[in-house]
Amino acid sequence: MKKKAEINNENISGDGTHAVTHFKVSDAIMMLIIALLCATCIFPFLHIIAKSLSETSAVAAQKVFFWPVGFNFDAYGAIMRDGRITYSIIYSAIVTVVFAVLGVIVTLFAAYPITKKDLPFRPVITFLLMFPMYFGAGLIPTYLLYNSLHMLDTVWVLVLPLLFSTYNMLVMKSFLSSNIPISLEESAFLDGAGYFRILFKIVVPLSKPIIATLLLFYAVGRWNSYGDNMYYIKLNENLKMINYLLYQMVSTANDSQNLAMSEASAVTTNPEVLQAAAIMVTTLPILVVYPFVQKHFVKGAMIGSVKG
Amino acid sequence: MAEVQLHQIQPESRMKSLKRRFVKYWPLLLLVMIPLALVFIFNYAAYPGLRMVFMDYKPALGYEKSKWVGWGMFQKVFSNRDFFRALRNSLVFNILSLLISFPAPIVLALMLNELRYPRFKKVSQTILYLPHFLSWVIIGALAYSLFRPSTGIVNVMLMNAGVIEKGIPFLTEKTHWAVTYLLIGVWQGMGWGTIIYLAAFSGINGELYEAAMIDGAGRWKQMLHITLPSIKGTIITLLIMNLGRLMGSNFEALQAFGNSQVREYQYQLAIFVYEKGLGNGQYSLSTAVNLFQSLVGLILVILADRFAKLMGEDGLL
Repeated sequence: MKKKAEINNENISGDGTHAVTHFKVSDAIMMLIIALLCATCIFPFLHIIAKSLSETSAVAAQKVFFWPVGFNFDAYGAIMRDGRITYSIIYSAIVTVVFAVLGVIVTLFAAYPITKKDLPFRPVITFLLMFPMYFGAGLIPTYLLYNSLHMLDTVWVLVLPLLFSTYNMLVMKSFLSSNIPISLEESAFLDGAGYFRILFKIVVPLSKPIIATLLLFYAVGRWNSYGDNMYYIKLNENLKMINYLLYQMVSTANDSQNLAMSEASAVTTNPEVLQAAAIMVTTLPILVVYPFVQKHFVKGAMIGSVKG
Repeated sequence: MAEVQLHQIQPESRMKSLKRRFVKYWPLLLLVMIPLALVFIFNYAAYPGLRMVFMDYKPALGYEKSKWVGWGMFQKVFSNRDFFRALRNSLVFNILSLLISFPAPIVLALMLNELRYPRFKKVSQTILYLPHFLSWVIIGALAYSLFRPSTGIVNVMLMNAGVIEKGIPFLTEKTHWAVTYLLIGVWQGMGWGTIIYLAAFSGINGELYEAAMIDGAGRWKQMLHITLPSIKGTIITLLIMNLGRLMGSNFEALQAFGNSQVREYQYQLAIFVYEKGLGNGQYSLSTAVNLFQSLVGLILVILADRFAKLMGEDGLL
């Protein structure tokens, strides 16, 4: 009953969308459905966290559900000692940050010029930048190209090819064309400022929100992808990013019912517990920053949706 | 046409204008060279490699010395059983996904839009967007720890409750796997997919709802006649994009969910291209399928776009 009263209060205060005055059964059903869907997003993590912090024997006896049994940090300790995972996390973080920063710079360099309606060759440039999104050369020709560029088994293959993203360019472009007043740029130009100065002194400071958003888009994309690791990193173990490493650990486990894990499995801990801890360690960076940056993501997705 | 005429009639002034624009914008042209160079080096430079679909490309011989075989590689593709299996799996999966994954965010967005409790709405949105930010490796690993037949928590809970006696092979039997994989795909994309619709809802004029209320329209009537029509254009645009993906498949997702028991259904075109190509070294065969896949995708997008424009919508291209 109390909940019901609160809901009606919210309604009166005008925070709701459009006015329907009474809390009805249909409201309760919808809230229930949405609450259940939210539960499906949270409970798998609670389970994995509980597992990663539990005693090996409790996990083996299938006694662990959403709360740790025999609380301990052994699995995390084992991961820390297994140098490979720690190394890969630090390495992946560096690659991700460098990639995101370069990516945003490239996006800005592509998006800003094509917002100028009278830029020479603007239609040609736009077409050339857009076309690869609709028609790619495919896996093998790309693989052979990177081979002939001597990029296989180097860190560059994980950074350079994906720096330019058509989608991100379109997001940036639609932000720039609706948020940067042309009069400001024109007056700066008439005052003798060149476009380098206009870009860095006027456009960039005014585009901070979209720059933040795109940094996140790029960073999450890089952190999470592992397909390119699989295609292009064959020999050099040190160049594998954390998600690919985790993939290799769990994919062998998916097949054989008893889970095997790399060097860490030598430790006394149950591999299932170790795997849970590895999942948490890989997801943690995303889970930690997610609540704080989520609204930037949403903003970016909305800008992208207004005009693709 | 107008531009061409202008060029013929007043060549000097057009040249002058171009020169003036060059002088004004040369710094920007210089900047745009960087992304252009990246696309040329990493995308356009790969296109010549496509000629291998008319060759029997051998890595040791390279493009120069490998034999030309005309359309032979395509004949080989269309008599390849693995190809038809991959094609069947891709098409069936994508059609099912179009029927389920596509409408799911629309329904969810409509529900979120009807929520009367802003804080509840905000928190649930934040939670529902989360799966979009997880890598497929993580989602796959989570799914396996939930759904393993004997040790997965879902099966353990069901067995403890006495609902079932033996664990359900959610991910280890091909039909169960297909359903589970499809539904996890819905789950992953559903929340994030609502953003685009919620953005469209926020642009609806509130007076429309007030007028509808005065006319006696209830919640469902309002939804049907005001809210839904406002996203018609968005729905059509997204439908076009999805049609273009009818031949596509998500390599990372498939790979993260694969195991040997479910290969019969998991084997989609992306897996074919990867395994035949990088795995087996059948470069030309793999590329021919890849090319077929992207050409059909491109044609589907163009057709769907034409169709949308015929229907009086904006389209995509």
